Amino acid sequence: MATVEIRNVRKSYGPVEAIKGIDIAIQDGEFLVLLGPSGCGKSTLLRMVAGLEGITGGEIAIGGRVVNELDPKDRDIAMVFQNYALYPHMTVFDNMAYGLKIRGIPKAEIRARVDKAAEILELGRFLDRRPSQLSGGQRQRVAMGRAIVREPAAFLFDEPLSNLDAKLRTQMRVEIKRLQDRLGITSLYVTHDQVEAMTLADRILVMNHGVAEQIGTPLEVYQRPASLFVAGFIGSPPMNVLDGRIDDRGEAVLVPGGQRLLLPQSRPTDAGRPVKLGIRPEHLAAAAADFPGGFSIEIELVEALGADTVVYGRLPDGEALLVRMAGIPTVRERDRLTVAPQDGALHLFDAVTGRRVE
Amino acid sequence: MQRRVTFDNRLLPYLLLAPQVAVTLVFFIWPAANAIWQSVHLQDAFGLRSEFVWFENFTHVLGDPNYLDTLKVTVVFSIAVTVLAMGVALLLAVLADSKIKGARAYKTLLIWPYALAPAVAAVLWIFIFNPDIGSFGKGLRALGYDWDYRLNGGQALVMVILAASWKQVSYNFIFFLAGLQAIPRSVMEAAGIDGAGPVRRFWTITFPLLSPTTFFLLVVDVVYAFFETFGTIHALTQGGPGKATETLIFRVYQDGVVNNDLGGSSAQSVILMVIVIALTAVQFRFVERKVHYS
Ligand SMILES: Nc1ncnc2c1ncn2[C@@H]1O[C@H](COP(=O)(O)OP(=O)(O)OP(=O)(O)O)[C@@H](O)[C@H]1O
Ligand SMILES: [Mg+2]
Repeated sequence: MATVEIRNVRKSYGPVEAIKGIDIAIQDGEFLVLLGPSGCGKSTLLRMVAGLEGITGGEIAIGGRVVNELDPKDRDIAMVFQNYALYPHMTVFDNMAYGLKIRGIPKAEIRARVDKAAEILELGRFLDRRPSQLSGGQRQRVAMGRAIVREPAAFLFDEPLSNLDAKLRTQMRVEIKRLQDRLGITSLYVTHDQVEAMTLADRILVMNHGVAEQIGTPLEVYQRPASLFVAGFIGSPPMNVLDGRIDDRGEAVLVPGGQRLLLPQSRPTDAGRPVKLGIRPEHLAAAAADFPGGFSIEIELVEALGADTVVYGRLPDGEALLVRMAGIPTVRERDRLTVAPQDGALHLFDAVTGRRVE
Repeated sequence: MQRRVTFDNRLLPYLLLAPQVAVTLVFFIWPAANAIWQSVHLQDAFGLRSEFVWFENFTHVLGDPNYLDTLKVTVVFSIAVTVLAMGVALLLAVLADSKIKGARAYKTLLIWPYALAPAVAAVLWIFIFNPDIGSFGKGLRALGYDWDYRLNGGQALVMVILAASWKQVSYNFIFFLAGLQAIPRSVMEAAGIDGAGPVRRFWTITFPLLSPTTFFLLVVDVVYAFFETFGTIHALTQGGPGKATETLIFRVYQDGVVNNDLGGSSAQSVILMVIVIALTAVQFRFVERKVHYS
């Protein structure tokens, strides 16, 4: 068990900068999720921690020891790969025991550790099989088993669930959470699935183009997104974003449709400032037609998801507006509907930089 | 679902198959049948009459103590060529597979020897090893080593082994490299994280995963060493000095074409054929069981 510190770490592939200076200190036993779109550099950062990629700049320390120059084998980490990377010519038992044998652990203890991991992961029946004789979910479990028998300082996961079907993915997600609670081993987990991130993480690092856009607990990231990018990436369906301007007294936001939305507190210094206004679809609710600050939309599409309903509306000036309502649909396509944001549902972002305006 | 190609014309499929069948008949079945027929007959010196003699040719060949010497040379030669050609090729392939500067040029150069005719390759080796004109041969003599493969049988055997292996290295290299590249990078990375250094990774991961390739090349190389090295030996040493580099295949030629003993030569061909078939069968039976096909 150990802390993992990443200090101003950079990575360049020739002229291309994949990681542009990332800083984070991961606590002992913490579960950190690296979340971001494809190509943002998540795997690269994880592989630098593992020692599979060189570090162009900055420092990585595991358990207080700088590991920049250490081989993967000397970093005391275990990794679960997206394609599992099991040894195809070895049995499940040997796959899990391989790293222990190399470290010279006595046979009896290897047996005990593998048996214990197999029991936790319900792999007992498969110990004599080869990976090719297992299902995808079972292979995934073997990969997890190979990591946990090692009892490493840190676990690294690179999209471990992305090759599973939706149901199995949910199941394994819960299992990983349970394992982490039980073992308490510091973990770095790469994913582009926000549900995985929200449910597993102690903290999420949201990445975009090699930069950390925000580091925070799942709720912080959801409730107070630090940038338009984070706002759009976390939450489903994504947050509505409208152009707006703070009025001359700094009390409300004016949007082109003519609505005037009161700010929770007045901000005279920002009077007249152009902003982007963000409202989550689940924070809009149907309101009376003459509700002050209500948005009148024409409904283009209604998606009934069962537990809730997503309404795709269009504002009079042509902007799209999504609304998510609980329960089965109560409106139909081509209806007109007025919706209003709930209290405290407004997010303001700088119109130029996209950073959050507090 | 299986898709079947159908022909409107019933003759067309046979017509398309004909060239392949003809080649096999003319160049393999017919000579082999001929050899078997010859091996149980005795021809007179002018080739006018032949007489059925049962297995006399075989007892004659196998009773000849010289033949056992040739067999010994062949065994040494074949084992050495197979081990050397596969070992060197595997080493080079592992190097080419790792990230080194100029890997492309290096790969291309390694494939060239395969394109060389055996006789041409042999001439190159003579230029290198000839004690009077060869760079290496002259160098050895200058250092005081008594190098002359034309007089020393051991040296001659070493030279033909080197020359024959060298030609096969290219072929093995291509297959080993393809085999190495088929091993997923993440499996090697996982082994590295599990604590295996490069040498252990090679013996516990790479080598077992390469076993189908290794097995295939073992069969091919043994057949090569037995049958296809005639040109190299003929051009370099003609089986000499004495009979130091005379392998079974070379002796077939020597007895049949030079000494005009068609019956004996045919009997030897048949023996050779049986040996190679037996060897290949043994390899499939015993070695293949250890092979991991993924
Ligand atoms: N070996 C390489 N050479 C050059 N560029 C690379 C190399 N590996 C990655 N990159 C680039 O670095 C960036 C980050 O790649 P990375 O694999 O870390 O993305 P990712 O966030 O893991 O994406 P995904 O979710 O698709 O796996 C990408 O733009 C990629 O093109
Ligand atoms: Mg990735």
